[in-house]
Amino acid sequence: MQVPAPVEYERATSVEEALALLERHGSESRLVAGGHSLLPMMKLRLAQPEVLIDINDLKELSYLRREGDEYCIGAMARHRDVLVSQEAGALFAILHDAERVIADPIVRNRGTVGGSICQADPSEDLSAVFAALGASAVIRSAAGTRTVGMDEFHVGPYSTVVGPAEMLVEVRIPIRANFGTAYEKVERRAGDWAIAAAGAALVIEGGVITYAGIGLAAVGAEHFRSAGAEASLRGGPASEEAFTTAARLTSESVNPVADQRGPEDYKRHLAGELTKRALRRAAARAQGQEG
Amino acid sequence: MQVTMTVNGDEVTETIEPRLLLVHFIRDQLGLRGTHWGCDTSNCGTCVLWMDGEPVKSCTVLTAMANGREIRTVEGLEQGGVLDPVQQGFVEEHGLQCGFCTPGMMMTARWLLDHNPDPSEGEIRETISGQICRCTGYENIVKAIRWAAEHPATTEVNA
Repeated sequence: MQVPAPVEYERATSVEEALALLERHGSESRLVAGGHSLLPMMKLRLAQPEVLIDINDLKELSYLRREGDEYCIGAMARHRDVLVSQEAGALFAILHDAERVIADPIVRNRGTVGGSICQADPSEDLSAVFAALGASAVIRSAAGTRTVGMDEFHVGPYSTVVGPAEMLVEVRIPIRANFGTAYEKVERRAGDWAIAAAGAALVIEGGVITYAGIGLAAVGAEHFRSAGAEASLRGGPASEEAFTTAARLTSESVNPVADQRGPEDYKRHLAGELTKRALRRAAARAQGQEG
Repeated sequence: MQVTMTVNGDEVTETIEPRLLLVHFIRDQLGLRGTHWGCDTSNCGTCVLWMDGEPVKSCTVLTAMANGREIRTVEGLEQGGVLDPVQQGFVEEHGLQCGFCTPGMMMTARWLLDHNPDPSEGEIRETISGQICRCTGYENIVKAIRWAAEHPATTEVNA
């Protein structure tokens, strides 16, 4: 039987109140959203906060909406909210590709976008998706708001730049024209963490790639990205040859760890192969060839 | 701490430890043993119940988080001695063998049919993909849910 260690419980009804509770209880307090990452960690005593601050009443953070040339996802948007949003899927097919394979429908009813990326699990899918999209994270504290690029958000496994008295409130994604995105994941069984996964985002203008984003999960990629492969694509043609080069660079740059999901060389192979498949689909979508 | 919530339409107020998981509260403190306690890791789905109208895995929700919310368990499916069509479907199509996964399967099935009254086999399989049947009886579980879709009217319980 798995039960968390004794913990105090508080419920916040606004962002301001959540921040005040974080200030009051200090670094041994943790925000809990869906709880589908934190509670399992608490049962295993890998996390042992003294105070839990429940933010499930913060409906003010459960939006998905377009603001000018950016798409904004509130930190409390559930995975299901993303999956049922036609607007989100139309703008960024990668979001729906990924959400369909994150856990299962019941877990997606609870799990949140903000909770997922703040958990900063190295195998977490949305971190790779947002890396590919060049998204940024909006972080609030009592002192104000700061915005951090996704390539600076993760400090390491299970660690982010969000400070003890701060909270992530929103993810912002730039909206681009001629944009195609896709996500490819290999898992042992439905709903499992990735053995390896790759996301691609391309802007293609007149056959030339003007933006390239490649995000990777579960393969030890620095900041969930493949920066070298992205650079190799920019300014060149959206060709099979270019994708093969990007796949090779990705495969060489990652740092997977052998575990029960597979050996290191298999994951390295997958990182390259899935990058290539994601790039093909992203390119087709950017050029209106595939829904 | 004290919590108050609605469980199958009745308001309950209880004193709990904040670390108490909802599945244990429902089973051990309220005595509603229909909700089963399985893997403890949100993988198997036998602990699925509804919180504010949505199925959740109650092994991964604190009772404190359910404070003020509306809970519906498998005991809340049957109404006034009349089985829910989903329950009747499991009877008609032999949708259970050992019965361990059944409460979670039925709660998820009811939610699916409330939102999609005529789901395809693929949609049914996707919706129950977070739930494990140890008897590998998925064929009949899918048939049971299809039966319920085809017989939306409730059925009198045979005495």
